Order: sequence, then C-alpha cells, then structure tokens
Amino acid sequence: MNWLLLLEQVLNGFQLGILLFLLAAGLTLVFGIMDLINLAHGSLYMMGAYFCATFTAWTDSFLIGALLAIPATFILGILVEVIALRNLYSRDHLDQVMATFGLILFFNEFVRLIWGPIGLDIPLPALLNSSVEIIPGVPYPVYRIAIIGMGLLVAGLLYLVVSHTKLGMLIRAGASNRETIGALGINIRLLFTLVFGFGAALAGLAGLMAGPILSVEIGMGDGILILALVVIVIGGIGSIKGAFIAAIIVGLIDTVGRSFLPEILDIFFSEASAATAAPAISSMLIYILMALVLAIRPQGLFPPKGVNG
Amino acid sequence: MNRKFISLVSALALLGVPSVATAADNIKIGFVTTLSTGAGAIGKDMRDAANLAIEHLGGKMAGKNIEIIYEDDGFKPEIGKQKTDKLVKKDNVDFVAGYIWSHVLLASYKSVVNNDKFLISSNAGPSPVAGKLCNENFFSTSWQNDQTPMAMGEVLNQRGIKNLYIMAPNYAAGKNMVTGVERTFKGNIVGKDMTKFPAQLDFSAELAKVRAAKPDALFVFYPGKHGAQFMKQYAQAELAKTVPLYTVFTIDSLSLPRVGEQADGSLMTMFWSPDMDNPANKKFVGDFKAKYGRYPSHYAAQSYDSIMLINSAVEKVGGDISNRDAVRTALRAAEFDSIRGDFKFGNNHMPIQNFYLRQVGKDKDGVYTTKIVDVVYKDHQDVYAKDCKMSW
Repeated sequence: MNWLLLLEQVLNGFQLGILLFLLAAGLTLVFGIMDLINLAHGSLYMMGAYFCATFTAWTDSFLIGALLAIPATFILGILVEVIALRNLYSRDHLDQVMATFGLILFFNEFVRLIWGPIGLDIPLPALLNSSVEIIPGVPYPVYRIAIIGMGLLVAGLLYLVVSHTKLGMLIRAGASNRETIGALGINIRLLFTLVFGFGAALAGLAGLMAGPILSVEIGMGDGILILALVVIVIGGIGSIKGAFIAAIIVGLIDTVGRSFLPEILDIFFSEASAATAAPAISSMLIYILMALVLAIRPQGLFPPKGVNG
Repeated sequence: MNRKFISLVSALALLGVPSVATAADNIKIGFVTTLSTGAGAIGKDMRDAANLAIEHLGGKMAGKNIEIIYEDDGFKPEIGKQKTDKLVKKDNVDFVAGYIWSHVLLASYKSVVNNDKFLISSNAGPSPVAGKLCNENFFSTSWQNDQTPMAMGEVLNQRGIKNLYIMAPNYAAGKNMVTGVERTFKGNIVGKDMTKFPAQLDFSAELAKVRAAKPDALFVFYPGKHGAQFMKQYAQAELAKTVPLYTVFTIDSLSLPRVGEQADGSLMTMFWSPDMDNPANKKFVGDFKAKYGRYPSHYAAQSYDSIMLINSAVEKVGGDISNRDAVRTALRAAEFDSIRGDFKFGNNHMPIQNFYLRQVGKDKDGVYTTKIVDVVYKDHQDVYAKDCKMSW
C-alpha cells in the first residue's frame, strides 16, 4: 500500500464529498421541510454553473462571476418556487416527480437555446490553476483544496444558521413537524420560499465550483443528482448533519473504492477478471451502502429529531 | 396571416417534409447520431458535414432527390435501436449512416443489415462487426477501433517508451482501444484504469494513481466531452512535466477551441487530418470552414465520406437501387474521391488505409488545429478481417 497515494485519494474523496454535501444540503432541506421531491435540483446546479460561466466571461474574473452567480441562482430558485412548485405541495409525490422531471427537460432545452449545445468553460485564475505540494512528493491541485475549504466554510455557516438563529430554529421545527409550526402562526409560505431559494443557491454554489473541473454542459446535474439522493437517504431526510456525514462517506467510498478495489480484487481473483469486475463493483459500492442503511436503519443515519422511520 | 404562413412553411422545413418531389422516387438516407446531451456537439458536426456533402452533390444522386432523415440516439443504445427500427420500417430508407458510439451501433446493427438495407458506419468500428459478425450490408467509412491505438503503440515503441499507463472508458470502444495499443506496444503496462462510461467525469483518483506509478507515458482514449474534461484535469494536476500524454480520439476539432492551450504539441494517431493535401479534402475543409466558421472534426470528415460513398454507388447503378447486389458491388469498389485520399475496402468492408501521427499546433490564423508529422502505417488492415467469412 502506498500511503502517499492513499492520502491523495482521501483528499479526492473528501473533495467529491464536499460537492455532494452542498448539493444534498439543499435537497434534504426541501425534501425534509417542504415534503417536496425536487428532481430539478440538479438543474439548479447546472444553472449555477452556467451563470458563473457567463458572469466570468463578462467580468473576466472567476471570483466576481461566482459571487454574482450565487444570488442569481437564489433568485432563480425563488422564481421556480413561486411560479411552478408552490401549487404542488398538496399533491402526492408522484405528481411532484412528474412536474420536477418536466422542469429538468425544460432547463436542459432552455440552456440549449440560450447557450447552445456545446458546453462552456470557466477559466480559472492562474493562482488556482496549478498544484502545490501539500506534503513533499504529493502535489495537489490548488483549486481542489479551495473547494474543500469553501465547503467546510459553508458547512460551518450552515451549522451556525441552523443551530443558533431564529430562522434555523424554524427550519429545524419545520423538518420535525410541519403542521405544528404552521399552526403556531409562522408564515410557512414565506419560509418555504426562502428555504427553496436557499437550497437553490447551495446547488448553484456546488455547480459553479464543479464547473472548472468538469465542463459546464447540458444535463451536468442529472447524474450527480442521483448521488445526492443516495446521500440524503443515507444521512436521513431533512438532516443537514446527516447530509454532511453521508456526503463525506459516499465521496470517500466512491473515490477510494475506485482506486484500490482493483488491487484488492487482484488478491482473490485472476488479474483479467479483477480488471473487468473492479469498475463494475466499485460503482456499485455506494448503492450497496444505501441498501444496507435502508435495511438496518431506514430513517437514515442521522434523522432530524422527532422523525422515526 | 402572412406571418402564420411563414411560420407554417418554416415548421414544414424544419420537419424535413419534402416540398416538391414525390417521396417514392427519392434516395432516402437515415442518419443516426447524437444530437442531444453533452455529446450533441459531435452529432451537429456530423450533420453539418452530411448537409455539406449533399450541397456539394446539388441535392441529387443520379438525378434523384436526396432525402436525409436525422435521428437522435440520445447517447443510449436502446434509443439508437428504436430510431434505427423507425428509419428501416416506417421511413423505409435505403441507407442508414451515422453512429458515433460502438455500443449504439452494436445494438442497432441487426435491425439494418438483416432487413436488406445498407448500413454505413460514419464513426463506430467495434471488433465484432469487423470480424465474426461482418455482413454484406455493412460498410465503414471510418476505421476499426483497434487500428488507431495500434498505430499509437508503434509510435510509443519508436519513442522508446518502456513503462506505460493506460486510461479508457469501460465500454465496447474503450476495450477495443486498449486491446489495440496492447497489441503493438512492446514495453510494460504499469497500470490500467477503465472508468465508468459515460457517468464518470472526474478523473482525480486515476490521475493520482498515474502519478504514483511514475510511468514514462500515459495513453488515453476519452472521446467527446470526456476528452475536454480529461485534458483540463490533466493540466490542473500538472502531470505534463513528468508524464507525457499520448491520445487517440481525445483531442479533436470540437475540443481544441476549448483545450487548445493545454493540448498544444500533443500527439495522436489518426487516419486523417484537416491539413491533408488532396483535392477532395481541400474542398471539404475549405467549404466547411467557410460555411460553419470552424475546422471539421474527423467525425465530420467520415460523415462527408459516408454520403460520398453512397453517391458513388447510386451513380454507378444509374439510380436503380432496387438491385441490391449491384449497389453492393458498387459500394465495394469505393470509387470516389475520399477526403483521406485513396483507400479500398477489405473483405469485411472496413477501409484498408494509412494511419498518421498528428500534432496539435496553430494554423496561420492562430487557430488550434492538427497537422500530420509522420506516416505510421501504410495500407493497414484491421486484425479482425481474418475472422470474417465474407469474400468477394
């Protein structure tokens, strides 16, 4: 076992986990508090990346582009909630799935009309577009370190907001018991709109941070949305803490599994069959984990207080 | 009123409804490619090239109107097969061309060749259709998947590479590409990663392994959008200083505007390049650039050749395509001016052709493109031809 390589892979897993967390945090809030299944969350992730790419091209600065893209996705989220999703709260989950799936198609075509079928690029400033040696012999891309730092910062802020502010109290109360909080005279409609906008901004942040590594393109949110759904199922629906821990676990399992499984399988099987089986098994690992969690602890690892599977 | 009429006409034009000639007497060509998803840019390049070919032919083959129907496979084998079935059974086309992806072609293959229609692959060249599953109704204007990486293996040998690391996506073409380079490369393969396709776009874990393995070179095959993403991440990881990159079908005219700087000087093997000096290629590249404002990719070049191959056969039989045997004989002759220069079909209907080493660089206008630096193979035939029972 090469320990330096393991360290680098753990960092890679952590970085994927952070991206997943940002996406899953918004998804789990919307699901847990508003009881809305929002498949279009991945589209908001995509829109965040497209906004950032556009603003970066206009201003020639990734930083300004990113700072403008976050409020832009916040506003877009609020528009989507007010125009389309508000009417769906009383409907059953199947209707919500249909409607938000429609939104995915809408956003994908919308992007094709505005930005064309070829993806965009977000150019990074030279400072971020290089590697540093975190310990001698292990260079690591600066931008991926920045993602990890940014994600931890957002996680800290979310913790403060959710645990120590009135808004956070309402959010926690909403996740535990929606009806009571409405009965207590809280403007639940405004709270829902804000939470949705907030979730959209987080998705947009994840999208714009993923943009410079992966390219900004149509449907970029569709695949990662599935991973985010896995994360919130494992973490417990409605729980930010659960989303954080589950996202890191999924990121680590996916990355470390992908890189070391072939060697582990080599010990037990012939080289040829290990080489064929490893990619298939490593891509199943997180789903196996989800199945285990669902079987043993269906409410998730860290469900919000008052929620019992 | 007038406005309504205009929109009705343009709607009809968009639908591709033939406005004058009766459909029965047209040469009908179905074209299956990827027009949606992130790979839609490839399909657009192919469609633009096919349209340019039809324009060069004046919209007619042997005096009959050309009717071309484009279908989007959505990057999925099952949809590709559905669209192919629709073209064969409902539209009753005479030729089906296109197909970017090997897995889509394999899924759609029998729907065409078993229904007395001609299938012309404009890109995909999976090993089964070149070998055991070869068919008298299948032709290719591209290559068999293994050939281009085999040429790259020879280049690696010439350059004294001893230890090689390989990365490719885990699907039909990815496996062929790896087999191809392994067949000719004589050194050690110190590591190999087959990544999930098309889902996996982040290669950080694999690039970390490459760094740890310290190979002399890295060989990759990442087509379409995966190529652009791989190039960016390879640059961010700053591997270029220690591990030089050799690619096949990863850097093309579609990705060069975006990754040109990172890919400058990069080497790849290919059967064709925009700078090839023959009249057909000069006309194709010149008119393509004039019409669409960009360099054509190899996908476009192969699609242009597909239409020209069909035209050569239709002209030769005087437009009477009901006689399938005569059309087949005419297709086998491949008597047209290909953008790659002269080539002929092997017994399995795969081209026997040259393979070149190409390098990324700027043209005289400062636009990134590729230029031929060497000939690797002359008149190369794929290795699966011997498994094909067909002879003619």
